Amino acid sequence: MTIDDMDRRIIEATQAGLPLTPRPYHAVAETLGVEGEEVIARIQRLLEIGVIRRIGAVPNHYRLGYTANGMTVWDVADDQAAGAGRDIGGLDFVSHCYLRPRRLPQWPYNLFAMVHGRSRDEVEDKVRRMAEVLGGRTCRHEVLYSTRILKKTGLRLVA
Amino acid sequence: MDATDRRIINGLQGGFPVCERPFAESSGRLGLSEGGLIQRLESLLDNGVLNRFGPMVHAERLGGGLTLAALSVPEDRFDTVAQQVNAHPEVAHNYARDHALNMWFVIATDRPERIGEVIAEIEAETGLTVFNLPKEEEFYIGLRFQA
Repeated sequence: MTIDDMDRRIIEATQAGLPLTPRPYHAVAETLGVEGEEVIARIQRLLEIGVIRRIGAVPNHYRLGYTANGMTVWDVADDQAAGAGRDIGGLDFVSHCYLRPRRLPQWPYNLFAMVHGRSRDEVEDKVRRMAEVLGGRTCRHEVLYSTRILKKTGLRLVA
Repeated sequence: MDATDRRIINGLQGGFPVCERPFAESSGRLGLSEGGLIQRLESLLDNGVLNRFGPMVHAERLGGGLTLAALSVPEDRFDTVAQQVNAHPEVAHNYARDHALNMWFVIATDRPERIGEVIAEIEAETGLTVFNLPKEEEFYIGLRFQA
């Protein structure tokens, strides 16, 4: 799986969004001085190899009313963590689910799952469902609510 | 936002076609014309309901570095430390959270080795210990926000 300079230029050119014109990939191609078919073929390949996760709309979840944003963190036994991650990651209200290292003694949690809701009550309901799914595989958890966005630039490819 | 906007938001968070006329291809199942879909997307972006419309990139697969980091910042220094952290262009998002670890940020770099350098810089500037929590495994990301 390799990506070359033209792949990077295509990603850079579309990071802020696709042009809203009938032939958006051709519009990108024009700015890069290549054929539209080449941009289409390269983007299809970038999707296949997972460098591009998906193409579509990225909603501002605050504007959709999802104002409660909880990072749930769970202390899960290491030998059960992968299965626990798959179960939690499969819940339709979990947006991201990752295993990360513990930093003992201050930070005992290894499973992270983001949950969004229209209220903290809604998030708490979802956290209860997650606790049921995990059962005895977890011994403790916390929910860290975001109280302020300090910076949000989005991930940008550094050329 | 009306029912058509909701259909667009719910139906187009992924799977946008990669072909010559992708708006034409996806407009039909949304009950719109090609031009109608483009217009709707323009206004959803203009009024901030959508942050972006386009490809979402998997940062690590581009060969760069990515991590989640946290700080425990004394309340009276919080804004100053936020400025020091945010001044790094590699810091992509930064959130205040209600916990002893009260500042959580994502660091994205063009080279994986650069992550450690940015963390060392932040530690030197703030005198605080950065908790570096890189992803070890990722599970299926299923989020589709319902409008």
